[in-house]
Amino acid sequence: MSSKTDGKFGEYGGQYVPEALMPAIEELTDAYERYVLDNEDGFMDEFRRRMREFGGRPTPLQPAEQLSARYDTDVYLKREDLLHGGAHKLNNALGQVLLAKYMGKERIIAETGAGQHGTATAMAGAHLDMPCEIYMGETDIARQRPNVFRMRINGAEVTPVTTGRGTLKEAISETMRDWAKTVENTHYVIGSIVGPHPFPAMVRDFQALISEEARSQAQEAEGRLPDAVLACAGGGSNTMGAFHNFVDEESVDLYAVEAGGSSLSVDEEAGVAPNSASLSTGEEGVLHGARTRVLQDGDGQIMESHSVSAGLDYAGVGPELAHLVDTGRVDAVNVDDDAALEAFHRLSQLEGVIPALETAHAFAYLEEHRGDLGESVVVNVSGRGDKDLETVIEETAERDLSIAPDMDLFREIGGGML
Amino acid sequence: MTLSDAFDEPAFVPYLVAGDPDFGSSLSYVEALERGGADVIELGLPFSEPIAEGPTIQEGIVRALSAGMATERYFEFVERLDVDVPIVCMTYYNLIYQYTGTSGDAGGAAGERGPRPFVERAAGAGIAGLVVPDLPPEEASPLRAACDEFGLDLVFIVAPTTRGDRLDRMREQVSGYVYVQARLGTTGARDDVSEQTDASLERVGDWEVPKAVGFGIKTGEHAERIVAAGADGVIVGSALVDIVAEGVAEDRDPADVAAELAAKAEELKAGALAGAKQRTPPEHT
Repeated sequence: MSSKTDGKFGEYGGQYVPEALMPAIEELTDAYERYVLDNEDGFMDEFRRRMREFGGRPTPLQPAEQLSARYDTDVYLKREDLLHGGAHKLNNALGQVLLAKYMGKERIIAETGAGQHGTATAMAGAHLDMPCEIYMGETDIARQRPNVFRMRINGAEVTPVTTGRGTLKEAISETMRDWAKTVENTHYVIGSIVGPHPFPAMVRDFQALISEEARSQAQEAEGRLPDAVLACAGGGSNTMGAFHNFVDEESVDLYAVEAGGSSLSVDEEAGVAPNSASLSTGEEGVLHGARTRVLQDGDGQIMESHSVSAGLDYAGVGPELAHLVDTGRVDAVNVDDDAALEAFHRLSQLEGVIPALETAHAFAYLEEHRGDLGESVVVNVSGRGDKDLETVIEETAERDLSIAPDMDLFREIGGGML
Repeated sequence: MTLSDAFDEPAFVPYLVAGDPDFGSSLSYVEALERGGADVIELGLPFSEPIAEGPTIQEGIVRALSAGMATERYFEFVERLDVDVPIVCMTYYNLIYQYTGTSGDAGGAAGERGPRPFVERAAGAGIAGLVVPDLPPEEASPLRAACDEFGLDLVFIVAPTTRGDRLDRMREQVSGYVYVQARLGTTGARDDVSEQTDASLERVGDWEVPKAVGFGIKTGEHAERIVAAGADGVIVGSALVDIVAEGVAEDRDPADVAAELAAKAEELKAGALAGAKQRTPPEHT
């Protein structure tokens, strides 16, 4: 392992991968240290330039006037939903595809859950002229069709993964299998701060643009740092991106809001956890190349997770985030599907921002803990909710949410949507 | 007999997933492999995220898990097996790491996490060694120590891409035999025998442990060529799991499937023996 980075976050992290992948992992570690950490050949300068010109950075830190009045707190929205592609995912995808170019790779592969990482990778692949294949669980393909169309329109091949329940964890496994066959000319653009070293550190470094901007924007707006930063957490890339430049500031409370799904209890017999709260309820284990917190049964078999939000629906979490929770620096909290749906409607109605269902979890926590979070709160709007409209309409129709719009409206205009 | 002794003549090392497609049939399938000439048996303890496996073995793992295979049941399976050849457990690190003993009671190793309780239980069940595809030598020290304590061998996989320092680290920790991966990619039977095999064998040529080549071997002829090229043994998985899968798909009598497995084992063992005769005399010191 390299001398500059050891890939460990306390006991978490590491490189638990098949031997065939180890040389590729070592090559990537070397490239990460040279190009990302040392800015060799001006890599980071080009990355930042492309994130401005192609990505639209910096994204605004917007005062949320209605929410601020509602909670009697200064609420700021870090608008990653305004990044090209509609989510924070481009920060990482563009960084890694550019790195693949610098490494001389000829092809990129990626997994995707909600489709946000897949679309970001497909866009970055088209932008940088790299052939691109995306693995996506068939369940996710069914619930995120608009993103499948976007990937295909950008020229990416989308390969359905039919094993297991057909969601993110199966897609990651399948992409690793592809990589094991093709490592010599292919880079695997992993979509979150998960996987073997150097992925967790590298993806965090690309996503850290979020907190780098938010920090200076907050200073400018209020003349001080916020009291709290909230971000939703599945794998945890928007979370660590939003936290990274605040981790050393003890005055800033950091809240990772996980998907509580329909329940925090688990059905060990069926191997199902009806939530995706690996930080809140998971146990230490080894999944997808890293030691981290994992939803698993007593034997160590990985559970099927659940969330109304496809992007949070994952049985593991980034090792760095798990470590920061263990050390008490980050608070792991969670909200359930119902609260997330209500928050989705609330933000849409009060602020004119339709958030991704993932993002809505952070706003649900804000609603539940109004007043406890300090005088100035930054919420990371990790993505926009256009991709989730169909799910939201279906899920809202099944529930009795006080804040929901009149669902008959969707029957009239939506035609076949219900 | 130690694991390396099993390679005194060219060895046939079959792999099956324990419990595929059900506990009873699987027992008879593993025993059939020994009847057919197996010298060592790699027995998969199925894990839900088998990232090193191709579709054939992955599906075998799904069948075994659906039929209720689990860690403690796996050890019972090994204890029930009526075979004399060494059994090597092939599984993923999380199952080894999570195992805390047979019950949550106080006393014994219950509650202790990490590789030691698993290795202790494996030794008790009569398992001779472990292969852990997602555990590179950099992360292997705790498992190596536990294997030393309980007398198990720890087999490592050398890939076509493994070179330099990584080879040295593996060489320091490997025991029993070295699993030489014949080609890049995940497991799965192929029709050609890769040229990468020769290069891979050459890289471990002076290692003290026997060299067993796997990935993509499915006929007696393949086995013959691999042994002729210098391998001490051939590892065959997907071609056998395919036979189990066909038995399920065609709803065949398990006795017929077992007979076919035994016949396939005979073919592969005969190929391995034939390959030894074609070898150029070794330049032994």
